[in-house]
Amino acid sequence: MTTLTKTPNKNIIVRFFNMNTSNEVGGRDLPLWRQILLQLLTLIVAAEVMFPIMYIITLSFSSKTTRPSTLELFPKELSLTAYKQVLDHPTANPVTFTQLLTNSFKLSVGVGLVALLVAVTAAYAFSRFKFKARQVLMVLVFIPLLMPAVGLSTPLYLLMNQFRLLDCGKGITAFYPLVSCASGVTGKLVFNLRDSLLGVGIAMIAGALPFAVWNLKGYLDTIPLDLEEAAAIDGADSNQIFFQIVLPLAIPQLAVTFFLGFIGHWQEFALSWLFLSQPQSYTLAMTLYNMTGQYANAIPWNRFAAMAIIVALPVAVIYIALQKYITGGLTSGAVKG
Amino acid sequence: MATATAKMTAKSRIDIRKAILPYLYLVPAFTVMAIITFYPLIYQGIVSFTDFQTKDLRFGLASPQLHYIGFKNYIDILTGNLPVQNFEFLRVLVYNFWWAITNVMLHVPAGIVIAVLLNTQGLWFRKIYRAVFILPVVVPPIVVATVWRNIFDDQYGAMNQFLTYIYNFLGSVGPVHIRWLTEYTPPIPWLLPTGPLPLAYYAMMIANFWLGWPFMTVVATGALQSIPKDLYEAASIDGATGPQQFWNITVPLLRPAMIPAAVYGFTTSFNLFAFVYFFTQGGPARSTEILVTFAYDLVRNLRLFGVAAAFSVFIFMIAMVVFLITNRITRATESYTA
Repeated sequence: MTTLTKTPNKNIIVRFFNMNTSNEVGGRDLPLWRQILLQLLTLIVAAEVMFPIMYIITLSFSSKTTRPSTLELFPKELSLTAYKQVLDHPTANPVTFTQLLTNSFKLSVGVGLVALLVAVTAAYAFSRFKFKARQVLMVLVFIPLLMPAVGLSTPLYLLMNQFRLLDCGKGITAFYPLVSCASGVTGKLVFNLRDSLLGVGIAMIAGALPFAVWNLKGYLDTIPLDLEEAAAIDGADSNQIFFQIVLPLAIPQLAVTFFLGFIGHWQEFALSWLFLSQPQSYTLAMTLYNMTGQYANAIPWNRFAAMAIIVALPVAVIYIALQKYITGGLTSGAVKG
Repeated sequence: MATATAKMTAKSRIDIRKAILPYLYLVPAFTVMAIITFYPLIYQGIVSFTDFQTKDLRFGLASPQLHYIGFKNYIDILTGNLPVQNFEFLRVLVYNFWWAITNVMLHVPAGIVIAVLLNTQGLWFRKIYRAVFILPVVVPPIVVATVWRNIFDDQYGAMNQFLTYIYNFLGSVGPVHIRWLTEYTPPIPWLLPTGPLPLAYYAMMIANFWLGWPFMTVVATGALQSIPKDLYEAASIDGATGPQQFWNITVPLLRPAMIPAAVYGFTTSFNLFAFVYFFTQGGPARSTEILVTFAYDLVRNLRLFGVAAAFSVFIFMIAMVVFLITNRITRATESYTA
C-alpha cells in the first residue's frame, strides 16, 4: 500500500483507485491526506443517503400537519403528537393500531413461513439432483419470479372472488361455488376469500414462493458436496442427507429467506389494496398509503412521517443487524462463477 | 478409487428410487404453484378473450353476460383503442425498457465505486457507513416515493429550494420554479424517439438512484472481499499502476457477481410498481407509465378485467423473453455440477 501511493502519477482519481480491495486490517498504512479525502467522499454519499431520511424524521417530530416552507433537516421541536395520534387513531375508520399491526404480522409472517417451507425441498431438488425435466421445471418456477405480482393479480382476484360463504337465512350456510343457496335466495355475504387476509396471503405466496426457491437454491449450490458424499458412503439415504446434513447447514439461509419474504410483504400494499376493502383487515402499509392522497397538500405530513417511521423502523433494525447474512445469501447464488 | 466404487454400488441399488426422488422433492412446491400460479395463468388466458367486467364478478366465467370476443382485447391494446387517454402500447413498452436500462447503467458503476471506496483499508468509521448506506433498501417504497415526490414539489420542494440557493449565489434574483413532475415538454426531445421523456423522468431517475445503488454496493462489497490480496501484491510488484489493477483485477473479478446483480436490478426497476405509482402515478399524461402501473390501473380503477388479463399476458410474454435472454447471461438454471 505505502509503496503504491508513491507511484509517480499524481492524479487524484488515479490515487483514489490505487487501493487494495481485500478485507485485511492495515489502517496505519493510509496516509492522512487520503484518509481525509476519502472521508470527505463517504460523507458526501452519507449526506445523500440521509437527506430524505432526515427530512422524514424532522417531519415526524413536528406538531403541524403542513410542510415547512423552507428546508428543515433537523427537528426544531421534539413533539410526539404525531406518533400519539397515529397510535391512537391510525385511520379515519374505527380500527386500532394493534389490529393493523396484527394484520401486518399475520400476513408477512405467514407468507414468509409458508413460502419457505414449501420452497425448501424444491430448492434442494434443483440444487442437487440431475433429472430429465430439470431445466423445464426450473424455467417454470423462475418465470413467475420475473413477472410482477400485479401480472398475476387479475386472475387471482377473479378466482378468489368466487369463494364465498353465504348466510342463506334459517341457519343455512352455503359455500359458493360448491353449494349455493336455494334458488331465489340471494343470501348474505359472510366471507369472501378475495376480501380476506387469507386470500391476500395466497396471492402473495404466488410471488414469494419462486423467490424463496431461487434464493435457497443459490445458497445450497455453495455448500460443498463432500459432506453429502461422505454421508452417502456411510449409508445415509437421500432423505437423511437432506434432513440431517443439508438442512442444518442451510439454517442461516433459511432465516434470511424467511426474513426477506417478511420484509417484502411487510411493506407490500398493492395487492392488499387491490383485494381488501374492509378497514378492519387493513395492514400498516395500506394505512400509510391511505394517508397519501392525490394532492400533496392534503397529506397530514407529520402523521404520515410518524407512521412511515413506525413501519420502517423494525425492518431497518433487523436488516442492519442481519446485514452480513442477508447480503451473503443474496449474492451466494450469484458468485458461483 | 474406493469412494467411486462405493458410489457405483449405492447407485445401482436405488436406481429407480433415485429416478423418482427429485420429483418427490418437487411435489410440495409444484402443487402449490399449480393451484395459485399455473391455474390462474390459464384462467387469465381465458379471461383475456372475454369482455369480463364488474358485472361478471359474481359468477366468473359462468356469467350469462359474458361474451367471448376473440383477440379484440389484444388488438385494442396494441392499437391503443382503450377507454384511456394518452395510451400507446409501444411507447409504454419502449419507455419501460429504457427506464430499467438507464437505471441499471447508473446504479451498477456507482455501486462499485462506492463499494471500492468503502473497502479501503484503514478507512475510519467503515461500519457506521455500511449501516447508513444500507438504509435506502429498508425504507418502504411508499415512503421513498412520497418523500421524493415532495422533494420535487414545485412549491415546497427541497430541490427547488436548493436550486434557488445556488441561483441566488450566482448573482441572479428570484426563486427557481421548476415544475418537475407536471411539466410535459421534454428537455431533450430527441432522446427517445417513441415518446417524450418529461422532466419527471429525470426526477425519478434521481430518486431511484438513491434507492438503487446501495444494493449494488452491497453485492460489490461481498465480491470485493473475496478477491485475494495476493493478486494486488503480485500486480504491484510487477509494476501495475492503480488504474491497471482496478481494470485488470477488480473489474474482471467483480463481473461474476455484478452481472446477476445487474439482471436483478433490471427486473426490479422494470417492475418498480410502488415507486412509480406513488411518484407520478404515471403522469404527466401517462408519459412515465410503466407496464405494471398501467396493468394495475386497468384492474383497480378502470375495472376492465378482460383487457387487464390480455395486458398481463403481454407482460408475461415480455417477462419470458427477458428471462430467456438474462438466463443466457447469468446461467441461473444451469446445474451445480455443470
